Amino acid sequence: MAVALAMTIEAPVNKAYATATEAFVAGVRVCAPIIIAVLPFALLFGAVAVQSGLSVWQATIMSASIYGGASQLVGLELFGQRISPWLVVSAILAVNFRHVLYSAAFGRLVPHWTAWQKAIGFFVLTDPQFAESEREHDKGRPLSFAWYMGLGFVLWGFWVIGSFAGAYFGRLLPDTHSTGIDFLLPIYFLGLLMAFRKRAMFMPVVAASAVASMAAYHFVGSPWHVSLGALAGVVVAALLPPRKVSA
Amino acid sequence: MSDTWLIIIAGAVLTYLTRAGGHLVLSRFDRIHPRVERALNAVPAAVLTTLVAPATLSAGPAELIALLVAGLLSLRFGLLTMFLGGVAVLIALRQVMG
Repeated sequence: MAVALAMTIEAPVNKAYATATEAFVAGVRVCAPIIIAVLPFALLFGAVAVQSGLSVWQATIMSASIYGGASQLVGLELFGQRISPWLVVSAILAVNFRHVLYSAAFGRLVPHWTAWQKAIGFFVLTDPQFAESEREHDKGRPLSFAWYMGLGFVLWGFWVIGSFAGAYFGRLLPDTHSTGIDFLLPIYFLGLLMAFRKRAMFMPVVAASAVASMAAYHFVGSPWHVSLGALAGVVVAALLPPRKVSA
Repeated sequence: MSDTWLIIIAGAVLTYLTRAGGHLVLSRFDRIHPRVERALNAVPAAVLTTLVAPATLSAGPAELIALLVAGLLSLRFGLLTMFLGGVAVLIALRQVMG
């Protein structure tokens, strides 16, 4: 209760969107920084996919159906080696397992959606989609399906087209180090992270997840650091006594 | 090449199940315990931290300074300003430091 109370107090009051079109356009507008951060990875994925032996169509359909950048790149890394297909699938699942947490948290934001809207919505529930949805919710608006799909459909479209372009023009990709492409995502994810700094227990959660994920990265190895690190932060939030709301 | 299609299809189905599964499991409970509620509120910060923190382990001075500048920018400005500022610092420092 204390947490919910804190969130309603801190959330600025915003009017809901008048029409579905207005909501859809507002969702599309959220895309700009995400596309700048994500498009290079779509191109990179396409280029690496073709080099790993996938056809242009396999690369494009993999992006359209899995729609999870990190897991697709991890999958490609294993495609090249001669290992069992089920191990590749397991690695993809390990990278994407964090979505179970997103799904559980996200479901609370959309009790007003129909079953079909939820079924479609879950398909595009990526890192930025989830973070922006929680941000939109913190602004005090009920999460609109039109807003969500404005964001989700455009991002998905750019991801698929970017993957296709990367696969088709694979050899033209510039040097990723001098252009900073290899470090775009950590900077972008830091920006998303900072958007949640006013939530209850932000610092203890970040500290626990940072230490646990770095330790897991070192001792267990990628991609398990994501699941183990996230688990540490979530457990700390569950165990700490709720903080009193300060004015 | 049928192995490739198998991997793509199985990967897509399992990924969708992770995205729908958390909600499908949780929605079976009538009431959510306050501890679970707090845990779910912590999900964005917890997961995003795991996507940033390990990257600092292999980062050099250019990457660390870029992250620091981006973090400071995020205290005052919006996401796009913060992101472009951090990337600009990263590219400039990498040109200088090589």
